[in-house]
Amino acid sequence: MSGRWILLVILLLTAGAAHAAIDVHEFNNDVERQRYQSFIDEMRCPKCQNQNLSGSDSPIAEDLRRELYAMIQDGRSDKEIVDFMVERYGEYILYRPRLSPATIMLWVGPAVLFLAGVIILIVIVRQRRRDAQVKGPVALDPEEQSRLAALLNESAPPASANTAPSDYSNKESRS
Amino acid sequence: MLQQRIKLFIPLIVFAVLALLFWRGLSLDPNAMPSALIDKPIPAFHLPTLEDTDRLVDQEIFKGKVSLLNVWATWCPTCYAEHGFLVTLAEQGIPIFGVNYKDDVPAAQKWLKELHNPYVLSVVDADGRLGVNLGVFGAPETYVVDKEGVIRYKHIGVVDEKVWTQTLQPLMAKYQ
Repeated sequence: MSGRWILLVILLLTAGAAHAAIDVHEFNNDVERQRYQSFIDEMRCPKCQNQNLSGSDSPIAEDLRRELYAMIQDGRSDKEIVDFMVERYGEYILYRPRLSPATIMLWVGPAVLFLAGVIILIVIVRQRRRDAQVKGPVALDPEEQSRLAALLNESAPPASANTAPSDYSNKESRS
Repeated sequence: MLQQRIKLFIPLIVFAVLALLFWRGLSLDPNAMPSALIDKPIPAFHLPTLEDTDRLVDQEIFKGKVSLLNVWATWCPTCYAEHGFLVTLAEQGIPIFGVNYKDDVPAAQKWLKELHNPYVLSVVDADGRLGVNLGVFGAPETYVVDKEGVIRYKHIGVVDEKVWTQTLQPLMAKYQ
């Protein structure tokens, strides 16, 4: 029985790998292999738009992987390779867009929004603090004081009757 | 007080702006691929033709007249669908160059014999390298190429009467 469980776990763990397309490429060194791998992971298959090149079996993805491999073997730089792809398929092919006037919002947008949020928060907190200092603690006049006392007395629960709905959650957590 | 009131409308305004953007997003085509090669010359190639596999041609064949470049293959059902219309265009005297994309040569030759050949000639791009240089990602694709061999327009998908009269024909006339 435990053998079956181990088999099941192994099968589940390796199921993800079944999606990847299988090409046989020989690399001179690990750096080239890693460059190839990162290119095919970060470029989009033009035909099947929610897959990257490494995950797609479409003929065009196969061709582009072959081109990438050839360019890496040729010793071309990362920039040359990215330019080659963008010249043919547009910025569209890059899952990680380059920094350009068209994509600047993507890169700095989150930071700008975060900063704006922090600034707004600081302004609000300061304003409240200043308001509190200007007015000082609000004192109740005698009439208000007596009304408050009356209200507090009214709503104070008798010690024996602890079954009010407002106390329900309290009881629950105790049991 | 008035300022407080105005502040209450901020969520409504944000909602309105977002709604407008999302509404616009609904009408965009998620499959639209911006073509990177518009207004660039046809990439250099040196490949055999389907009609005579011993004869090598290059990008110079596009110079001299406005033409169509049609990427096709026998494995592509949409190419079959548009083939009849391409034959009609060829009969009207429109020069169409074919790129036989990642295909089997004998099968492609048989296809042209049986369905008529609308192409001035078809370039054999067996390994898809010219296709990559053209930014092709599927078949069929049809390009309008001007007299200097510069790509002016790229149409993805079937070419029919409507696409021809509304898009391709006016463009060909414009660059004539």
